[in-house]
Parts: sequence; structure tokens; C-alpha cells
Amino acid sequence: MSSIWAFLGIPPQALFGQLMVGLINGAFYAMLSLGLALIFGMLNIINFAHGALYMMGAFAAYFLLNFFGIGYWPALLLAPLIVGAFGMVIERLFLKQLYGLDHLYGLLLTFGLALILEGVFRELYGSSGLPYAPPPELTGGYNLGFMYLPTYRGWVVVASAIVCIGTWLLIEKTRLGAYLRAATENPALVQAFGINVPAMITLTYGLGVALAAFAGVLAAPIYSVNPLMGSNLIIIVFAVVVIGGMGSILGSVITGFMLGLLEGLTKVFYPEASNTVIFVVMAIVLLIKPQGLFGRAN
Amino acid sequence: MKKLTVLAAALALSASYGAANAQVSGDTVKIGVLNDQSGPYSDLAGKGSFIAAQMAAEDFGGKVLGKPIEIITADHQNKPDIASNIANQWIDTENVDAIVDVPTSSVALAIQEITKNKNRVHINSGAASSDLTGKNCSPTGVHWTYDTYALAKGTGGTLVKEGGDSWFFITADYAFGHALERDTTAAVTAAGGKVVGAVRHPFPGTTDFSSFLLQAQSSGAKVVGIANAGTDTINTIKQAGEFGLVAGGQKLAGLLVFLSDVHSLGLKTAQGLVVTDGWYWDRDDETRAFAKKFAARNGGKMPTMVQAGVYSGISHYLKAIDAAKTDEAKAAVAKMKELPINDFFAKNGKVREDGRMVHDMLLVQVKKPEESKGPWDYYKILSVIPGDEAYRPMKAEFGCSLVK
Repeated sequence: MSSIWAFLGIPPQALFGQLMVGLINGAFYAMLSLGLALIFGMLNIINFAHGALYMMGAFAAYFLLNFFGIGYWPALLLAPLIVGAFGMVIERLFLKQLYGLDHLYGLLLTFGLALILEGVFRELYGSSGLPYAPPPELTGGYNLGFMYLPTYRGWVVVASAIVCIGTWLLIEKTRLGAYLRAATENPALVQAFGINVPAMITLTYGLGVALAAFAGVLAAPIYSVNPLMGSNLIIIVFAVVVIGGMGSILGSVITGFMLGLLEGLTKVFYPEASNTVIFVVMAIVLLIKPQGLFGRAN
Repeated sequence: MKKLTVLAAALALSASYGAANAQVSGDTVKIGVLNDQSGPYSDLAGKGSFIAAQMAAEDFGGKVLGKPIEIITADHQNKPDIASNIANQWIDTENVDAIVDVPTSSVALAIQEITKNKNRVHINSGAASSDLTGKNCSPTGVHWTYDTYALAKGTGGTLVKEGGDSWFFITADYAFGHALERDTTAAVTAAGGKVVGAVRHPFPGTTDFSSFLLQAQSSGAKVVGIANAGTDTINTIKQAGEFGLVAGGQKLAGLLVFLSDVHSLGLKTAQGLVVTDGWYWDRDDETRAFAKKFAARNGGKMPTMVQAGVYSGISHYLKAIDAAKTDEAKAAVAKMKELPINDFFAKNGKVREDGRMVHDMLLVQVKKPEESKGPWDYYKILSVIPGDEAYRPMKAEFGCSLVK
């Protein structure tokens, strides 16, 4: 056993630490790709504004704290609600017009929205970011023996796992989820059964956006509240969705965590390639299984 | 499959965030401020540098040798190819005489080549690499505000003297980070310390530094040298606090920390950091006067050393044109090297043959929250490092062909 560690050139403790850190980053990928997969699966919209909405979640938490004195815990609920409502307005005003058209229109519209939102926030708040402190009960950390785990990072993994499982249960195991899935397959028929399909679609988009905003609030104490925080992540998250399989909820969650781990390992063995490795995996997956690891072939 | 094609297009599209905005030309002395206006370095340079440039032109009277001075600007997005296109267009079709600021060393090195070949002036304030006055020096290039050598000597040398004799680097993986790591390694070794390891992270696009911080932590080095800049530095320092590096007895060396970074970090997180700075707004009456005027036009934000350096560099360039009676690049820069610099930025500064503007540097420490009297009151000045000690001596061995 010890010869393996010697071969890898890294003590086992350090490796466990890196895997833990990879898992934490994977939690963010999972939450964001989950929202994207949900929106793509149900609305057939490639939501390029997802990163900007994630950023707005962080800013919402910042505004709640600095203008209304509302702290982290309420913000964790309020920010997704606020940004989710904003998302629903976007869906009603703009996206609704595009459902019958080619994917490209939705893509361009949301890309434009992302540029506008980021531009506005950058103009107002600069690019360095604003400080946002973690709640006092989540500061400090635990010595796990192989690493020092900041309490807040541990919380991120737990919160993300809860949200991911909850969303999956909602879609796969509840009546509402069944309606949603049916509405994606055959909207006309579902409508004929007396279910308000447009309202469900709006709600789904709102839910996807709220997930992004939730991730944004979780990220605020770690990465500072930064107008560019979304554009740094969004491309990786798109790759995660493609690898996991378009529109596959479970696939996006599992892939998110797995790629976080893979990226973590790359940061140890070949750090220079750490922001490329996910795209290499994407290319390989597309060559071998174009529908993605968990996707169904059309 | 069609969905995948669209997604591939989406990924490609995402690489093209932002766009340049070049402007029209005239029969003027035209100065182009080329920098990052949308990314990680846009607060430390960005629009503020453009404002500083406009102020320099206005304070000079708006005219030199009877010709109007025109300031234009563009966003180089930290990409050498985009920057090169803009610079070529500025020079070839818009008759730009000088390109200034240009943070991001990889971009600055590209602009240095273009301005050298096309005989235009390059006054660099934002970039760090000491190669700009070493193997990449140019007869029309001037490096104004700071460089990796001075940062390394100031911060690296000081920390080794205080007992921080083993180092681990977290380095941005491009020209700037490499130069800063190289120069700091030299400074640390020269002062009797040793470097136990380094890790290089991709730039731009790294937001999570925890993996690199864990590596730094397990290296057991006494000092963790942070050889990156802007938002990367902010995130590294913030997350180092989270992972308990300082609490565990390691010292953070922010090798390049700008005032805007400290503002974003907040004093609670940044307190105690020792930083080498080319200029600080709250040093004397002259610096404060400039800073107040600048802040009034920059949304209340005080100038960074880069922005102040842009003003100072352009003022000196305009003086040199006036004295040389021409804006021909080589003649103007030769005159810049003749004239001493005495303004709010530098006292008895001089531009050397290799293009290095030598001026005193400051060793500062970030104040504790209770020591600060309000926003932007962030540094106490520990000592003044005389220019001749701060900057690399001018010797042929450093590769500048202008040095005989």
C-alpha cells in the first residue's frame, strides 16, 4: 500500500483532503447543473443566464444584509424566492415567445440577458467583489486528522445534497413532478386534462432559477459577492450538463460531484490543467456516448 | 444531437464576452489607455486609469506643441491576441502615438513588441513582469509604477529577515506569475531563505483556491507567497483565512496587493498583511490632493498605484514631447529619460536606459479595523525603500540589449 502512495508522490492525508475539497466544489457544480438540466429538460431552453442568476442570488443576500439587516439564514430562503420571481418574470416576458423556435433563439436571448445583468452589476459594484461574512455559527472548523475542514464548507456539501435530493424527489416521486414530466412529453394532451401547462412551465423556470440563486447565497461567504462569479462557473457547469446527459436530473447531480472530485485530483497532480480537464472529459464522452453518461438516446 | 451542436455553439460563444471600443482619430497627440475593463484587473486599472489619463491631459492644458491631446481607451480582456489587434488598429489606422497602462504581463509583453516594431511609445503602469525592462526591453518602452523585482525584494526580503525563511508559492500560471515567482525566489534565496514548493493555477478562471491552499498547508512552509493579482489574490487570502493557514502559524505574503483588493477583502480579513506598494494616496498633502480630485470622478474610489502611475507617466510623456519638440517615439522617450520626475507620484524619479522608472517604493502594512479612520484608510507605512535599492540594478546580464 505504501508503495502506491510513494508512486503517486503524495501522502494519503493530503489526498483525502483534496478529495474533500473536490467534493465541495462538486456540490456547486451539482446545484447549478441541476437547475440547468431542469430548465432544459422541461422548457427546452439552454439557460445561458444561469450564471448571472447565480450571481444575483449572492447579491440578493448582500443587499438583504446591508440594506435590511436580514442575515444569512433568512437570506438562504428569501434570496432564491426573490431571484426565482425575477426569473419567472423573464420567462413570462421573453422566453415564452421562443418555445416554438429553434434552440438558438433561447440561447441568444439568455446569453444577452447574462451580458446585460453582469454589465449592470459590474458598472455599479466593480469587479473585485464585496465582502459577505459567513454566519457566526458556521465559522471555524474541524480538524479531521487529514485536513482542516472549515465548518462552512462542510455545510455547503450538506445543504447541496439536501437540495439535490429534494429536487430529484420532487420531479420523480410527486404528482406535481409527474405532471411536469408529462407536460414535457406531450403538452397538448396534458393541457386537455385540465392542467395549466404554461403556469407549470413558468414555475419550473422559477424553480431552476431559485436553485441557482440558492447556490449563489451559499457561495457568497466563500468567493465574495462578485459580478463575474457566474461567468467563471457557467462554462464548466454547461460541460457538466453535457457530460451528465442533457436534461437528466440525476445525471447532472452525480456528474457534478464526480467532476468536482476529478478536478480536485487534477489540482494535485497537474494543477495547470485543472480548468481544462472537464472539457477533455466532455470531448471523450461526446465521442463515445453523444447523449451523455445518463442521457437517453433520442 | 442538434441540442449538442447548439451547446457547443454556446460554449464557443461564451469565450467572447465583452468587446473593444476604439474611437476615431484626428491630427492630435493621441494616447490609448489599453487595459482590463471587465475582468479581474478592472478595479485596479480599468476605467480609473482612463480617468487618470484624462486628468493628466486636462491638467497639462489639453494641448502639447499646439496640438490637442486626445485620450482613447479599449478593453483588452487580458488576452494578448485581442490586445494586439486593438494596438495594431490604433497605430495603423488611428495614429495613436502612445499606449499606456496595459496590465497583465502576457499582454504587456505583446504590446511591447508591437510598439517597438512600429515605433510607438509604450508607458506601462499596470503590468508587473520585470522582463519589460529585461530581455523584452524596448527603446520606446517605459515601465512606470512597479515590477516583480521590486515587489519580491520589498516583501520577500522583509519577511525572510523576520524569520520567514521557508516559502511555498501559489502562482498564477502565466508570464506575470512566473516572473513574480522567479524574482521572489531569487530575493528569498539571496536573503538566506529557501523555497520548498510551488503550485501554479490557471489564469483567468480560477475561483476556488482551497486545493492549492491545502498543498501550501501540508508543505509546512513558514511563508505562503501569493504570486497572483486582483480577484485571484482576494480569493486566495479570503480562503486562506477559512482554511486556517494563519491560525496554524503560517504567514501569508501577498506579493502583489492593490488598494482595491484590500477594499474588497475588508480590513478584518486583510489586517496585518505586509505589502510592497509603488504609491499610496494618503502619504502627504500632494498625494491626497490628487486622490481627492480623482475620487470625485471615480465614484468615490481612491486611486490605486496603477491609476496614479498612469497620470504621472502621461504627464511626464507630455513634458518630454514639449521639450523634445516632437512626438516621434524614440525622441520622446529619450527626452523622458533625460528629464527627472518630480510630482505627487515620485520624487527625483528617473527613467533609466532600460526603460525602468526608478522611484522610491513603500513597505506598508494593512491596518487593523480599529486603526482605520474610515473607508480607504487602509495602510500604515512601515518604511520607504529607496528606488536604487528597490529596483534591479541595470546590468547587461539581465538581458536588455539597450544596456551596454
